[in-house]
Amino acid sequence: MALDDDMREALDMFVTEARDLVQGLEEGLLELEDQPSGGETVNAVFRAAHTLKGSSGLFGLQHLVAFTHVVETVLGSVREGTLDVTPGLVSALLPCTDHISAMIEGLARGQLEPDAAQAADGARLLSGLEPYLMDGGAMTPTASAPGTDAEPQERAWRLELHFGEDCLRNGMDPLSFLRYLSTLGTVTDVVTVTDRLPDAADMDPESCYFSFEVDLVTAAPKSEIEAVFDFVRDDSDIRITPADSQLDTYVRAIRAMPENDRIGDVLVTSGAVTELEMAEALRIQQERAVREGTQPVPIGEILIEQGIVQRAIVDAALNRQRRTSETRSQDTRTIRIDAARLDKLIDLVGELVIAQSSTGMPNSSATDTSAEAQSEVMRLVDEVRHSALSLRMVPIGTTLRRFERVVRDVCMELGKEVSLVITGGDAEMDKALVERISDPLLHLVRNSLDHGIEPAGERRKHGKAQQGTLRLNAYHDAGNIVIEVADDGRGLDRDRILAKAVERELVAPGTALTDSEIYNLIFEPGFSTAETVSNLSGRGVGMDVVKRNVTALRGSIEVETTRGIGTTIRIRLPLTLAIIDGFLVGVGSSSFIVPLDRVTECVELPPGPLVRDCMNLRGEVLPFIRLRQIFGIPGHAARRQNVVIVEQSGQRTGLVVDSLLGELQTVIKPLGILFSRVKCISGSTILGNGEIALILDVGSLIADHSDRELLRQAVPVG
Amino acid sequence: MTAPRRFVVDEELTIVTAADHRERLLASLGDGNALRIDLSGVGDVDTAGLQVLVMARAEGFRLGLPVEFAEPSAAVTEALALTRLEL
Repeated sequence: MALDDDMREALDMFVTEARDLVQGLEEGLLELEDQPSGGETVNAVFRAAHTLKGSSGLFGLQHLVAFTHVVETVLGSVREGTLDVTPGLVSALLPCTDHISAMIEGLARGQLEPDAAQAADGARLLSGLEPYLMDGGAMTPTASAPGTDAEPQERAWRLELHFGEDCLRNGMDPLSFLRYLSTLGTVTDVVTVTDRLPDAADMDPESCYFSFEVDLVTAAPKSEIEAVFDFVRDDSDIRITPADSQLDTYVRAIRAMPENDRIGDVLVTSGAVTELEMAEALRIQQERAVREGTQPVPIGEILIEQGIVQRAIVDAALNRQRRTSETRSQDTRTIRIDAARLDKLIDLVGELVIAQSSTGMPNSSATDTSAEAQSEVMRLVDEVRHSALSLRMVPIGTTLRRFERVVRDVCMELGKEVSLVITGGDAEMDKALVERISDPLLHLVRNSLDHGIEPAGERRKHGKAQQGTLRLNAYHDAGNIVIEVADDGRGLDRDRILAKAVERELVAPGTALTDSEIYNLIFEPGFSTAETVSNLSGRGVGMDVVKRNVTALRGSIEVETTRGIGTTIRIRLPLTLAIIDGFLVGVGSSSFIVPLDRVTECVELPPGPLVRDCMNLRGEVLPFIRLRQIFGIPGHAARRQNVVIVEQSGQRTGLVVDSLLGELQTVIKPLGILFSRVKCISGSTILGNGEIALILDVGSLIADHSDRELLRQAVPVG
Repeated sequence: MTAPRRFVVDEELTIVTAADHRERLLASLGDGNALRIDLSGVGDVDTAGLQVLVMARAEGFRLGLPVEFAEPSAAVTEALALTRLEL
């Protein structure tokens, strides 16, 4: 199946929506496990499965429809109250959500059909659901469609058989078809239409002129009747319609059918139309649209026009479809952008347009009016930008809640009891960041569960609650978002980490290190203290990757631990990757930008010689860095120099600059691959006057400087 | 008007013989004879054969010559039952 662009686009949207739905499904299931009686949750879960099925059908993803249908049926029984939520049921359903998720990810990669492994997986999972289907089987209203019942009903059909002129010559005798039909069921009436028989003189005795109208009552499905005419279909006109007397039956059957997005599916399932007729009608629909260059005629109209099905049946099916669309739009009101934010943005743009037009007014000759209008435009541009940026912000809670499943699964595997507590899920951050931080967080969570929290027995021995607690917490702090992964486990073992680091030759034996330096060793590449390599973590490819990922997002990571009490790992990330509030400073002719969230205050550099680059700040020793020196900027220092005091991980440092130029909204431009290894600079930006200012990476600037200081101090000793 | 001429259709009334029967029937009707078609000997009949019979009757009607059918064989009866044609 080839995908055109439109289809591709629609499919992308489906994938996005489906991911949300699967997540909703999973969250709901976990919630149900905790509170099996949550009526609203049951409904939400059922709706998620239902919508997923519906949307899959829309794209003709039959494997997904079939799979989800079973899940939906089971959930339907739960909703009806005929099936109780048990841990067993949740355990059977959760892997199903994984399977659906895997298929959706497959779709995202353009794989429309499941591969053999996936298909086998799906079949296995479905067989796992079978016991639940049995329990609630009697109550599942969705599955059975008319015609697929155990005891098929007899139905009446009207067959119009216009055989091709050549059919006799081809050895096909209409009489034998009539004869065969009577074996399928009861032929209640036949009308042989002889109208087309020409005058004797013109008649070709070997051509077929007769046509037949046959009323047939049979239990055979329409497709079987249709199959009778397989050999003559190409040059004959065979129409099989439900007999008029049966219309009500069809209409009723269609009303009772599960909702469907495609009218075709409804009609085919009802038995009124066969797949073959549907395909033919679709072909006609397309051909006509192409030929006439118009919008395609509704498929129902074509079916009626072709005499395949009566209007009453099509109308019933259309009703079914319409109702489906309505429920769908209610179910999936997932607005990825807060509507209020969008409104605000549009509002602002409107104001901006007005303000802009007022700057161009010819009678605004008075300079102050013009200046006023200008500043209004400036203000609005600023607000528009703020507002536009906020569109990208999403609450982090969605990502954090995803870990409930991880915690559950890991605990099952390790036989530990851990409760997950999530706080601060409302904190917002850039959508791109959320996505990219998810994997590092996952690793941290697994690590805490695997290495941090002790097995229940060990916890009891130490007088701790048998059930461990894992906390995920997020909050905003000075232009950053902080995400904490905290456990109340055994804490890091300082001595073991050090021993391991020495063994791995990460540090020289006998090196004096502070506690925090030792704890930070866990972020070194190739470091792992797990004595047994478990399935989950402990393969030594973890914490260093986590740190690298966090650093790549201009964030930092730190660890706080107390032996026997627990460990907290704190990730600090900027809210967005695109724009920062900067503080513009000048050194000589160069300009630099210090991220404003790092700046705590600005003071004047005290005059006179200062030893060891330290100054007295209200009675405290403040080390400082001379930017002129570090970046090797030529020229003499200005007569009066200023110190910008920055704070990084609780450590304060001064940056000595010539001039303070004020705050500036800074759009970050990456430095490009050539400068990717440059330290201390995180990017660049273009100033209003067209000049380039470098953005200082305060963290690495301070780290770099303290390394150098360390070296300098070490030299006299060594 | 004379008594209808007896017209015998032997063994086969199918596409194989339809052209022959048509010729003969039209020839008889062309002579201005009413026909009494004896179907007792027909062993095999198909749509083409039935069409010839219907044609003969229609042509007779056009010419004002009665065409009637007599003693249908089992095969003919079955075919007529299938098609609900009345001859």
